[in-house]
Amino acid sequence: MSVDVETANTDVPTRPEVFYRHRLVVRLTHWLNVLALFFLLGSGLNIFNAHPQLYWGDKGDEYDSPVLAIRAIDTETGPKGLIAIGSWHINTTGVLGWSKVDGVDTARAWPSWITIPSFQDLADARHWHFLFAWILALNSATYLAWGLWKRHLQTDIWPTRSDLKTFGQSVVDHLRLKHPTGEAAKRYNILQRLAYLGVLTLIALMIVTGLTMSPGFDAFAPWLPDLLGGRQSARTIHFIAAWLIVLFVFVHLVEVILAGPINEVRSMLTGYFSVPKDHK
Amino acid sequence: MTSFLSRRAALIGSLSGAGLLLSGCDRLTQSQNVQRIFRSVEDWTRMNQRLLLAGNRMAREFKPSDISKEFKANGTLNPGGDDYMRHVDEGFVNWRLKIDGMVANPMALSLAEIRKLPSRTQITRHDCVEGWSAIGQWTGVPLGLVLKAAGVAAGAKYVVFYCADNLEGEPAKGGEQSPGQYYESIALVDAFHPQTLIAYAMNGQTLPVAHGAPLRIRIERQLGYKSAKYVQRIHITDRLSGIAGGRGGYWEDRGYEWYAGI
Repeated sequence: MSVDVETANTDVPTRPEVFYRHRLVVRLTHWLNVLALFFLLGSGLNIFNAHPQLYWGDKGDEYDSPVLAIRAIDTETGPKGLIAIGSWHINTTGVLGWSKVDGVDTARAWPSWITIPSFQDLADARHWHFLFAWILALNSATYLAWGLWKRHLQTDIWPTRSDLKTFGQSVVDHLRLKHPTGEAAKRYNILQRLAYLGVLTLIALMIVTGLTMSPGFDAFAPWLPDLLGGRQSARTIHFIAAWLIVLFVFVHLVEVILAGPINEVRSMLTGYFSVPKDHK
Repeated sequence: MTSFLSRRAALIGSLSGAGLLLSGCDRLTQSQNVQRIFRSVEDWTRMNQRLLLAGNRMAREFKPSDISKEFKANGTLNPGGDDYMRHVDEGFVNWRLKIDGMVANPMALSLAEIRKLPSRTQITRHDCVEGWSAIGQWTGVPLGLVLKAAGVAAGAKYVVFYCADNLEGEPAKGGEQSPGQYYESIALVDAFHPQTLIAYAMNGQTLPVAHGAPLRIRIERQLGYKSAKYVQRIHITDRLSGIAGGRGGYWEDRGYEWYAGI
Protein backbone atom coordinates (compact mmCIF):
# COMPACT_ATOMS: atom_id res chain seq x y z
CA MET A 1 0.00 0.00 0.00
CA SER A 2 1.38 3.36 -0.93
CA VAL A 3 0.87 6.36 1.28
CA ASP A 4 -1.94 8.53 0.05
CA VAL A 5 -0.27 11.89 -0.14
CA GLU A 6 -3.44 13.79 -0.97
CA THR A 7 -5.30 12.91 2.24
CA ALA A 8 -2.34 12.77 4.61
CA ASN A 9 -2.18 15.35 7.33
CA THR A 10 0.09 18.07 5.93
CA ASP A 11 1.39 18.93 9.40
CA VAL A 12 2.89 15.48 9.80
CA PRO A 13 5.82 14.81 7.45
CA THR A 14 4.81 11.92 5.25
CA ARG A 15 7.27 9.35 3.97
CA PRO A 16 8.10 10.14 0.39
CA GLU A 17 6.76 7.68 -2.13
CA VAL A 18 9.47 5.28 -3.18
CA PHE A 19 9.12 3.88 -6.63
CA TYR A 20 11.10 1.18 -8.48
CA ARG A 21 12.46 3.14 -11.40
CA HIS A 22 15.50 1.32 -12.83
CA ARG A 23 15.38 -2.41 -13.46
CA LEU A 24 18.48 -4.56 -12.89
CA VAL A 25 19.48 -4.80 -16.57
CA VAL A 26 19.28 -1.01 -16.93
CA ARG A 27 21.45 -0.50 -13.85
CA LEU A 28 24.06 -3.10 -14.86
CA THR A 29 24.35 -1.92 -18.45
CA HIS A 30 24.48 1.70 -17.30
CA TRP A 31 27.46 1.18 -14.98
CA LEU A 32 29.26 -1.09 -17.41
CA ASN A 33 28.87 1.66 -20.00
CA VAL A 34 30.35 4.19 -17.56
CA LEU A 35 33.43 1.99 -17.19
CA ALA A 36 33.69 1.27 -20.92
CA LEU A 37 33.29 4.91 -22.00
CA PHE A 38 35.94 6.01 -19.47
CA PHE A 39 38.51 3.59 -20.91
CA LEU A 40 37.43 4.14 -24.52
CA LEU A 41 37.84 7.91 -24.27
CA GLY A 42 41.24 7.76 -22.56
CA SER A 43 42.66 5.09 -24.86
CA GLY A 44 41.06 6.71 -27.92
CA LEU A 45 42.83 10.00 -27.22
CA ASN A 46 46.12 8.11 -26.82
CA ILE A 47 45.50 6.47 -30.23
CA PHE A 48 44.66 9.89 -31.71
CA ASN A 49 48.05 11.16 -30.46
CA ALA A 50 49.85 8.74 -32.81
CA HIS A 51 48.53 10.83 -35.72
CA PRO A 52 46.86 13.97 -34.37
CA GLN A 53 45.19 15.05 -37.60
CA LEU A 54 41.73 14.36 -39.05
CA TYR A 55 40.72 14.36 -42.71
CA TRP A 56 37.67 14.02 -44.90
CA GLY A 57 37.50 11.30 -47.56
CA ASP A 58 39.14 7.92 -48.04
CA LYS A 59 42.73 8.99 -47.67
CA GLY A 60 44.71 11.42 -45.56
CA ASP A 61 48.32 11.53 -44.42
CA GLU A 62 50.65 14.37 -43.63
CA TYR A 63 50.74 15.49 -47.27
CA ASP A 64 46.99 16.08 -47.27
CA SER A 65 45.32 19.07 -45.65
CA PRO A 66 43.56 18.11 -42.44
CA VAL A 67 40.16 19.33 -41.26
CA LEU A 68 41.50 19.29 -37.71
CA ALA A 69 45.04 19.15 -36.36
CA ILE A 70 46.60 19.41 -32.92
CA ARG A 71 50.28 20.18 -33.15
CA ALA A 72 53.35 21.76 -31.61
CA ILE A 73 55.04 24.61 -33.48
CA ASP A 74 58.30 26.47 -32.94
CA THR A 75 57.94 30.19 -32.34
CA GLU A 76 60.43 32.94 -31.44
CA THR A 77 59.35 32.63 -27.83
CA GLY A 78 59.67 28.84 -27.79
CA PRO A 79 57.43 25.93 -28.71
CA LYS A 80 53.68 26.37 -28.58
CA GLY A 81 50.74 24.01 -28.82
CA LEU A 82 47.78 24.73 -31.03
CA ILE A 83 44.58 23.26 -32.37
CA ALA A 84 43.70 24.10 -35.97
CA ILE A 85 40.28 23.58 -37.53
CA GLY A 86 40.52 24.41 -41.23
CA SER A 87 42.32 27.77 -41.41
CA TRP A 88 41.26 28.82 -37.89
CA HIS A 89 43.60 28.04 -35.00
CA ILE A 90 44.01 28.83 -31.33
CA ASN A 91 46.92 28.68 -28.91
CA THR A 92 46.47 25.74 -26.52
CA THR A 93 49.98 25.60 -25.02
CA GLY A 94 50.02 23.60 -21.79
CA VAL A 95 47.03 21.45 -22.73
CA LEU A 96 46.85 20.55 -26.42
CA GLY A 97 49.91 20.07 -28.62
CA TRP A 98 52.50 21.04 -26.02
CA SER A 99 52.18 19.97 -22.38
CA LYS A 100 54.16 18.63 -19.46
CA VAL A 101 54.68 14.89 -19.00
CA ASP A 102 56.20 14.16 -15.58
CA GLY A 103 57.24 17.82 -15.43
CA VAL A 104 58.95 17.78 -18.82
CA ASP A 105 57.60 19.88 -21.71
CA THR A 106 56.59 17.45 -24.43
CA ALA A 107 55.05 17.67 -27.88
CA ARG A 108 51.89 15.60 -27.65
CA ALA A 109 48.37 16.28 -28.85
CA TRP A 110 46.27 15.30 -25.81
CA PRO A 111 47.96 15.76 -22.43
CA SER A 112 49.05 12.81 -20.31
CA TRP A 113 46.37 13.37 -17.65
CA ILE A 114 43.58 12.51 -20.06
CA THR A 115 45.06 9.54 -21.99
CA ILE A 116 45.21 5.81 -21.16
CA PRO A 117 47.97 4.89 -20.66
CA SER A 118 49.21 8.32 -19.53
CA PHE A 119 52.42 7.86 -21.54
CA GLN A 120 52.32 7.67 -25.33
CA ASP A 121 51.84 3.98 -26.21
CA LEU A 122 49.81 3.12 -29.29
CA ALA A 123 50.03 -0.66 -28.80
CA ASP A 124 48.58 -0.73 -25.28
CA ALA A 125 46.10 2.06 -26.01
CA ARG A 126 44.74 -0.09 -28.86
CA HIS A 127 44.49 -3.13 -26.55
CA TRP A 128 42.47 -1.11 -24.02
CA HIS A 129 40.35 0.32 -26.80
CA PHE A 130 39.40 -3.00 -28.37
CA LEU A 131 38.80 -4.68 -25.00
CA PHE A 132 36.27 -2.01 -24.05
CA ALA A 133 34.93 -1.69 -27.60
CA TRP A 134 33.82 -5.32 -27.32
CA ILE A 135 32.37 -4.65 -23.86
CA LEU A 136 30.51 -1.58 -25.14
CA ALA A 137 29.18 -3.42 -28.18
CA LEU A 138 28.02 -6.51 -26.25
CA ASN A 139 26.64 -4.35 -23.44
CA SER A 140 24.73 -2.17 -25.88
CA ALA A 141 23.39 -5.21 -27.74
CA THR A 142 22.20 -6.69 -24.42
CA TYR A 143 20.48 -3.44 -23.49
CA LEU A 144 18.81 -3.07 -26.89
CA ALA A 145 17.63 -6.68 -27.03
CA TRP A 146 16.33 -6.57 -23.46
CA GLY A 147 14.85 -3.11 -23.99
CA LEU A 148 12.89 -4.19 -27.03
CA TRP A 149 11.78 -7.46 -25.45
CA LYS A 150 10.59 -5.84 -22.21
CA ARG A 151 9.27 -2.83 -24.15
CA HIS A 152 11.51 -0.54 -22.08
CA LEU A 153 12.61 1.23 -25.25
CA GLN A 154 9.08 1.49 -26.62
CA THR A 155 7.47 2.78 -23.43
CA ASP A 156 10.20 4.56 -21.47
CA ILE A 157 12.52 5.96 -24.15
CA TRP A 158 10.64 6.41 -27.44
CA PRO A 159 8.77 9.75 -27.33
CA THR A 160 5.01 9.63 -27.81
CA ARG A 161 3.07 12.22 -29.75
CA SER A 162 1.90 13.81 -26.52
CA ASP A 163 5.50 13.87 -25.23
CA LEU A 164 6.51 15.81 -28.32
CA LYS A 165 3.79 18.38 -27.65
CA THR A 166 5.42 19.16 -24.29
CA PHE A 167 8.77 19.94 -25.92
CA GLY A 168 8.56 23.74 -25.58
CA GLN A 169 7.31 23.59 -21.99
CA SER A 170 10.00 21.06 -21.09
CA VAL A 171 12.75 23.31 -22.48
CA VAL A 172 11.40 26.22 -20.39
CA ASP A 173 11.18 24.00 -17.28
CA HIS A 174 14.74 22.77 -17.74
CA LEU A 175 16.03 26.32 -18.21
CA ARG A 176 14.25 27.37 -15.02
CA LEU A 177 15.77 24.30 -13.33
CA LYS A 178 12.25 23.14 -12.50
CA HIS A 179 12.08 19.38 -12.18
CA PRO A 180 8.92 17.31 -12.49
CA THR A 181 7.25 16.11 -9.30
CA GLY A 182 4.67 13.51 -8.38
CA GLU A 183 3.34 11.32 -11.18
CA ALA A 184 5.24 13.35 -13.81
CA ALA A 185 8.55 12.43 -12.15
CA LYS A 186 7.84 8.74 -12.67
CA ARG A 187 8.30 8.88 -16.41
CA TYR A 188 11.01 10.38 -18.54
CA ASN A 189 10.17 13.81 -19.94
CA ILE A 190 10.61 14.64 -23.61
CA LEU A 191 14.12 16.09 -23.25
CA GLN A 192 15.26 13.02 -21.34
CA ARG A 193 13.80 10.75 -24.01
CA LEU A 194 15.50 12.69 -26.78
CA ALA A 195 18.80 12.81 -24.87
CA TYR A 196 18.80 9.05 -24.20
CA LEU A 197 17.80 8.28 -27.78
CA GLY A 198 20.56 10.63 -28.89
CA VAL A 199 23.27 8.98 -26.82
CA LEU A 200 22.12 5.51 -27.95
CA THR A 201 22.45 6.73 -31.53
CA LEU A 202 25.90 8.16 -30.80
CA ILE A 203 27.07 4.85 -29.31
CA ALA A 204 25.82 3.04 -32.42
CA LEU A 205 27.63 5.60 -34.57
CA MET A 206 30.85 5.07 -32.57
CA ILE A 207 30.70 1.32 -33.19
CA VAL A 208 29.94 1.72 -36.91
CA THR A 209 32.62 4.36 -37.53
CA GLY A 210 35.09 2.33 -35.47
CA LEU A 211 34.46 -0.72 -37.66
CA THR A 212 34.81 1.41 -40.80
CA MET A 213 38.40 2.19 -39.82
CA SER A 214 39.20 -1.54 -40.07
CA PRO A 215 40.67 -2.59 -43.44
CA GLY A 216 39.37 -6.10 -42.75
CA PHE A 217 35.81 -4.99 -42.00
CA ASP A 218 35.84 -2.74 -45.08
CA ALA A 219 36.61 -5.80 -47.23
CA PHE A 220 33.58 -7.46 -45.62
CA ALA A 221 31.32 -4.39 -46.00
CA PRO A 222 32.73 -2.09 -48.71
CA TRP A 223 29.48 -0.07 -48.70
CA LEU A 224 30.25 1.12 -45.19
CA PRO A 225 33.15 3.52 -45.98
CA ASP A 226 31.13 4.64 -49.03
CA LEU A 227 28.17 5.46 -46.81
CA LEU A 228 30.28 7.46 -44.37
CA GLY A 229 32.41 9.25 -46.96
CA GLY A 230 35.56 7.14 -46.62
CA ARG A 231 37.83 5.70 -43.95
CA GLN A 232 39.23 9.07 -42.90
CA SER A 233 35.75 10.60 -42.76
CA ALA A 234 34.74 7.74 -40.48
CA ARG A 235 37.72 8.56 -38.25
CA THR A 236 36.63 12.21 -38.11
CA ILE A 237 33.00 11.29 -37.32
CA HIS A 238 34.29 8.87 -34.63
CA PHE A 239 36.16 11.77 -33.01
CA ILE A 240 33.19 14.18 -33.16
CA ALA A 241 30.74 11.57 -31.85
CA ALA A 242 33.13 10.79 -28.97
CA TRP A 243 33.05 14.41 -27.83
CA LEU A 244 29.27 14.58 -28.26
CA ILE A 245 29.06 11.63 -25.84
CA VAL A 246 31.31 13.57 -23.45
CA LEU A 247 28.93 16.52 -23.83
CA PHE A 248 25.99 14.22 -23.05
CA VAL A 249 27.78 12.92 -19.94
CA PHE A 250 28.47 16.49 -18.80
CA VAL A 251 24.83 17.60 -19.18
CA HIS A 252 23.68 14.29 -17.64
CA LEU A 253 25.87 14.87 -14.55
CA VAL A 254 24.70 18.49 -14.21
CA GLU A 255 21.09 17.28 -14.30
CA VAL A 256 21.85 14.58 -11.70
CA ILE A 257 23.28 17.23 -9.39
CA LEU A 258 20.37 19.63 -9.98
CA ALA A 259 17.72 16.94 -9.56
CA GLY A 260 19.17 15.63 -6.29
CA PRO A 261 22.36 13.65 -6.59
CA ILE A 262 21.78 11.25 -3.68
CA ASN A 263 18.32 10.21 -4.82
CA GLU A 264 19.42 9.96 -8.46
CA VAL A 265 22.62 7.96 -7.84
CA ARG A 266 20.84 5.72 -5.32
CA SER A 267 18.13 4.95 -7.86
CA MET A 268 20.76 3.89 -10.41
CA LEU A 269 22.40 1.65 -7.76
CA THR A 270 19.37 0.11 -6.03
CA GLY A 271 16.64 0.84 -8.53
CA TYR A 272 14.51 2.74 -6.00
CA PHE A 273 13.72 6.38 -6.58
CA SER A 274 12.06 8.64 -4.08
CA VAL A 275 9.40 10.61 -5.95
CA PRO A 276 9.56 14.37 -5.35
CA LYS A 277 6.25 15.49 -3.89
CA ASP A 278 3.89 17.84 -5.68
CA HIS A 279 3.98 21.33 -4.23
CA LYS A 280 0.25 21.68 -3.82
CA MET B 1 49.02 2.70 11.60
CA THR B 2 46.43 1.12 9.36
CA SER B 3 43.94 3.86 10.06
CA PHE B 4 46.60 6.47 9.37
CA LEU B 5 47.42 4.77 6.08
CA SER B 6 43.81 4.45 5.03
CA ARG B 7 43.08 8.06 6.01
CA ARG B 8 46.09 9.16 4.01
CA ALA B 9 44.96 7.04 1.09
CA ALA B 10 41.50 8.55 1.30
CA LEU B 11 42.97 12.05 1.37
CA ILE B 12 45.21 11.41 -1.65
CA GLY B 13 42.32 9.74 -3.38
CA SER B 14 39.98 12.64 -2.90
CA LEU B 15 42.63 15.22 -3.79
CA SER B 16 43.72 13.70 -7.04
CA GLY B 17 40.68 11.65 -8.03
CA ALA B 18 41.05 11.36 -11.79
CA GLY B 19 44.85 11.58 -11.70
CA LEU B 20 45.05 8.62 -9.37
CA LEU B 21 42.56 6.73 -11.52
CA LEU B 22 44.73 7.29 -14.56
CA SER B 23 48.01 6.33 -12.88
CA GLY B 24 46.11 3.25 -11.72
CA CYS B 25 45.43 2.59 -15.41
CA ASP B 26 49.18 2.76 -16.10
CA ARG B 27 49.81 0.13 -13.43
CA LEU B 28 47.01 -2.01 -14.83
CA THR B 29 48.48 -1.70 -18.33
CA GLN B 30 51.77 -3.12 -17.11
CA SER B 31 50.19 -6.01 -15.21
CA GLN B 32 50.80 -9.48 -16.65
CA ASN B 33 47.19 -10.47 -16.04
CA VAL B 34 45.86 -7.50 -17.97
CA GLN B 35 48.27 -8.25 -20.82
CA ARG B 36 46.91 -11.83 -20.84
CA ILE B 37 43.38 -10.43 -21.14
CA PHE B 38 44.56 -8.27 -24.06
CA ARG B 39 45.88 -11.39 -25.82
CA SER B 40 42.56 -13.20 -25.35
CA VAL B 41 40.67 -10.23 -26.77
CA GLU B 42 43.09 -10.17 -29.72
CA ASP B 43 42.40 -13.88 -30.38
CA TRP B 44 38.65 -13.28 -30.14
CA THR B 45 38.86 -10.32 -32.54
CA ARG B 46 40.91 -12.38 -35.01
CA MET B 47 38.41 -15.26 -34.90
CA ASN B 48 35.59 -12.83 -35.70
CA GLN B 49 37.51 -11.28 -38.57
CA ARG B 50 38.31 -14.72 -39.99
CA LEU B 51 34.62 -15.54 -39.88
CA LEU B 52 33.64 -12.33 -41.68
CA LEU B 53 36.36 -12.62 -44.31
CA ALA B 54 35.81 -16.25 -45.24
CA GLY B 55 35.68 -16.80 -49.01
CA ASN B 56 38.44 -14.45 -50.19
CA ARG B 57 36.53 -11.18 -49.90
CA MET B 58 38.44 -8.50 -51.75
CA ALA B 59 39.69 -5.17 -50.47
CA ARG B 60 38.20 -2.16 -52.27
CA GLU B 61 40.11 -1.13 -55.39
CA PHE B 62 40.13 2.53 -56.37
CA LYS B 63 40.32 4.64 -59.54
CA PRO B 64 43.62 6.11 -60.79
CA SER B 65 42.30 9.57 -59.88
CA ASP B 66 42.07 8.48 -56.22
CA ILE B 67 45.83 7.85 -55.93
CA SER B 68 47.55 9.98 -53.24
CA LYS B 69 49.68 12.72 -54.77
CA GLU B 70 52.31 11.88 -52.22
CA PHE B 71 52.18 8.55 -50.41
CA LYS B 72 53.68 8.78 -46.96
CA ALA B 73 56.64 6.42 -46.53
CA ASN B 74 56.84 5.08 -42.99
CA GLY B 75 59.21 2.90 -40.99
CA THR B 76 62.61 2.52 -42.61
CA LEU B 77 63.11 5.03 -45.44
CA ASN B 78 66.46 3.60 -46.53
CA PRO B 79 67.99 0.46 -45.03
CA GLY B 80 71.51 1.76 -45.86
CA GLY B 81 74.54 -0.40 -45.23
CA ASP B 82 77.21 -1.42 -47.76
CA ASP B 83 75.31 -4.45 -49.07
CA TYR B 84 72.01 -2.68 -49.65
CA MET B 85 73.65 0.42 -51.15
CA ARG B 86 75.63 -1.78 -53.55
CA HIS B 87 72.34 -3.38 -54.67
CA VAL B 88 70.86 0.11 -55.18
CA ASP B 89 73.88 1.11 -57.31
CA GLU B 90 73.56 -2.08 -59.37
CA GLY B 91 69.83 -1.56 -59.90
CA PHE B 92 69.17 -4.69 -57.79
CA VAL B 93 70.30 -7.01 -60.65
CA ASN B 94 72.01 -9.27 -58.11
CA TRP B 95 69.14 -9.18 -55.59
CA ARG B 96 67.71 -12.62 -54.93
CA LEU B 97 64.41 -13.44 -53.28
CA LYS B 98 64.83 -16.70 -51.44
CA ILE B 99 61.83 -18.95 -50.82
CA ASP B 100 62.60 -21.70 -48.33
CA GLY B 101 61.35 -23.67 -45.35
CA MET B 102 58.45 -26.09 -45.69
CA VAL B 103 58.40 -26.14 -49.51
CA ALA B 104 59.10 -28.88 -52.08
CA ASN B 105 61.24 -26.61 -54.28
CA PRO B 106 63.25 -23.94 -52.47
CA MET B 107 63.96 -21.08 -54.87
CA ALA B 108 66.12 -18.00 -55.28
CA LEU B 109 64.47 -15.68 -57.80
CA SER B 110 66.05 -12.66 -59.49
CA LEU B 111 63.98 -9.53 -60.17
CA ALA B 112 64.03 -10.34 -63.89
CA GLU B 113 62.53 -13.76 -63.18
CA ILE B 114 59.89 -12.28 -60.88
CA ARG B 115 58.87 -9.68 -63.49
CA LYS B 116 58.32 -12.47 -66.04
CA LEU B 117 55.69 -14.12 -63.83
CA PRO B 118 52.01 -13.24 -64.29
CA SER B 119 51.39 -9.91 -62.60
CA ARG B 120 48.51 -8.11 -60.97
CA THR B 121 48.03 -4.35 -60.67
CA GLN B 122 45.74 -2.92 -58.01
CA ILE B 123 44.92 0.50 -56.58
CA THR B 124 44.32 0.08 -52.88
CA ARG B 125 44.13 2.01 -49.66
CA HIS B 126 47.00 1.59 -47.21
CA ASP B 127 45.79 1.94 -43.61
CA CYS B 128 48.48 2.69 -41.07
CA VAL B 129 48.02 1.59 -37.46
CA GLU B 130 48.75 5.23 -36.53
CA GLY B 131 45.50 6.29 -38.19
CA TRP B 132 46.42 7.76 -41.58
CA SER B 133 45.60 6.32 -45.03
CA ALA B 134 47.11 6.70 -48.48
CA ILE B 135 46.03 5.29 -51.82
CA GLY B 136 48.58 3.82 -54.21
CA GLN B 137 48.83 1.56 -57.22
CA TRP B 138 50.86 -1.61 -56.82
CA THR B 139 52.12 -4.09 -59.40
CA GLY B 140 53.59 -7.45 -58.56
CA VAL B 141 53.27 -11.18 -58.71
CA PRO B 142 50.57 -12.73 -56.54
CA LEU B 143 52.35 -14.42 -53.65
CA GLY B 144 50.06 -17.45 -54.06
CA LEU B 145 51.48 -18.15 -57.54
CA VAL B 146 55.03 -18.23 -56.21
CA LEU B 147 54.01 -20.40 -53.27
CA LYS B 148 52.25 -22.80 -55.63
CA ALA B 149 55.42 -23.08 -57.72
CA ALA B 150 57.46 -23.67 -54.56
CA GLY B 151 55.02 -26.35 -53.38
CA VAL B 152 53.95 -25.71 -49.80
CA ALA B 153 54.34 -28.80 -47.62
CA ALA B 154 51.40 -30.21 -45.65
CA GLY B 155 51.32 -28.88 -42.10
CA ALA B 156 52.74 -25.46 -43.02
CA LYS B 157 50.85 -22.57 -41.45
CA TYR B 158 52.73 -19.31 -41.82
CA VAL B 159 54.64 -17.30 -44.39
CA VAL B 160 57.45 -15.28 -42.81
CA PHE B 161 59.00 -12.28 -44.58
CA TYR B 162 62.60 -11.45 -43.70
CA CYS B 163 63.57 -7.90 -44.59
CA ALA B 164 66.81 -6.04 -45.26
CA ASP B 165 66.14 -3.17 -42.88
CA ASN B 166 66.97 -2.73 -39.24
CA LEU B 167 64.25 -0.52 -37.73
CA GLU B 168 64.96 1.64 -34.70
CA GLY B 169 61.30 2.25 -33.90
CA GLU B 170 58.77 4.97 -34.67
CA PRO B 171 58.50 8.02 -32.39
CA ALA B 172 54.79 8.52 -33.20
CA LYS B 173 53.86 5.13 -31.75
CA GLY B 174 55.49 5.59 -28.34
CA GLY B 175 55.58 2.65 -25.96
CA GLU B 176 58.34 0.11 -25.80
CA GLN B 177 60.53 0.11 -28.87
CA SER B 178 63.94 -1.34 -29.53
CA PRO B 179 66.00 -1.66 -32.70
CA GLY B 180 65.67 -4.90 -34.59
CA GLN B 181 65.62 -6.57 -37.98
CA TYR B 182 62.24 -6.00 -39.61
CA TYR B 183 60.21 -9.10 -40.31
CA GLU B 184 56.57 -10.01 -40.66
CA SER B 185 54.40 -13.09 -41.01
CA ILE B 186 50.95 -13.92 -42.31
CA ALA B 187 48.73 -16.99 -42.35
CA LEU B 188 48.72 -19.19 -45.46
CA VAL B 189 45.07 -18.30 -46.16
CA ASP B 190 46.05 -14.61 -46.45
CA ALA B 191 49.17 -15.48 -48.46
CA PHE B 192 46.97 -17.14 -51.10
CA HIS B 193 44.52 -14.20 -51.25
CA PRO B 194 44.47 -12.86 -54.85
CA GLN B 195 45.41 -9.33 -53.71
CA THR B 196 48.46 -10.42 -51.72
CA LEU B 197 51.40 -9.43 -53.90
CA ILE B 198 55.15 -9.43 -54.02
CA ALA B 199 55.21 -5.91 -55.46
CA TYR B 200 58.01 -4.41 -57.55
CA ALA B 201 56.26 -1.31 -58.89
CA MET B 202 54.34 1.56 -57.33
CA ASN B 203 52.18 4.02 -59.28
CA GLY B 204 53.61 2.63 -62.52
CA GLN B 205 57.25 3.24 -61.52
CA THR B 206 59.94 0.93 -60.20
CA LEU B 207 59.40 0.61 -56.45
CA PRO B 208 61.29 3.51 -54.77
CA VAL B 209 63.78 2.86 -51.96
CA ALA B 210 61.56 4.66 -49.40
CA HIS B 211 58.71 2.27 -50.20
CA GLY B 212 60.74 -0.94 -49.99
CA ALA B 213 62.84 -1.42 -53.14
CA PRO B 214 63.28 -3.76 -54.77
CA LEU B 215 60.40 -5.91 -53.37
CA ARG B 216 57.71 -5.40 -50.80
CA ILE B 217 54.63 -7.29 -49.75
CA ARG B 218 51.15 -5.89 -50.28
CA ILE B 219 48.53 -7.40 -47.99
CA GLU B 220 45.42 -5.32 -48.41
CA ARG B 221 42.96 -6.37 -45.71
CA GLN B 222 45.37 -5.79 -42.84
CA LEU B 223 47.19 -2.79 -41.39
CA GLY B 224 50.23 -1.24 -43.07
CA TYR B 225 52.90 -2.83 -40.91
CA LYS B 226 51.98 -6.26 -42.31
CA SER B 227 53.08 -5.07 -45.80
CA ALA B 228 56.78 -5.66 -45.18
CA LYS B 229 59.31 -3.72 -47.27
CA TYR B 230 62.82 -4.72 -48.54
CA VAL B 231 61.83 -8.41 -48.57
CA GLN B 232 64.75 -10.75 -49.25
CA ARG B 233 63.56 -14.09 -47.92
CA ILE B 234 60.17 -15.78 -47.72
CA HIS B 235 60.15 -18.63 -45.25
CA ILE B 236 57.32 -21.15 -44.93
CA THR B 237 56.91 -22.63 -41.48
CA ASP B 238 54.47 -24.19 -39.03
CA ARG B 239 55.45 -22.03 -36.04
CA LEU B 240 56.41 -18.47 -35.21
CA SER B 241 58.03 -19.20 -31.85
CA GLY B 242 61.78 -19.17 -32.14
CA ILE B 243 61.83 -16.32 -34.67
CA ALA B 244 63.07 -13.09 -33.05
CA GLY B 245 60.61 -12.26 -30.23
CA GLY B 246 58.35 -15.14 -31.25
CA ARG B 247 55.20 -13.12 -31.92
CA GLY B 248 55.48 -13.09 -35.70
CA GLY B 249 56.75 -9.62 -36.54
CA TYR B 250 58.83 -6.59 -35.58
CA TRP B 251 55.81 -4.65 -34.27
CA GLU B 252 54.14 -7.77 -32.89
CA ASP B 253 57.23 -8.34 -30.73
CA ARG B 254 56.68 -4.79 -29.45
CA GLY B 255 53.06 -5.34 -28.40
CA TYR B 256 51.04 -4.91 -31.60
CA GLU B 257 48.41 -7.34 -32.91
CA TRP B 258 49.60 -10.15 -35.17
CA TYR B 259 46.50 -10.29 -37.37
CA ALA B 260 46.07 -6.51 -37.46
CA GLY B 261 42.76 -6.44 -39.31
CA ILE B 262 41.51 -3.41 -37.35
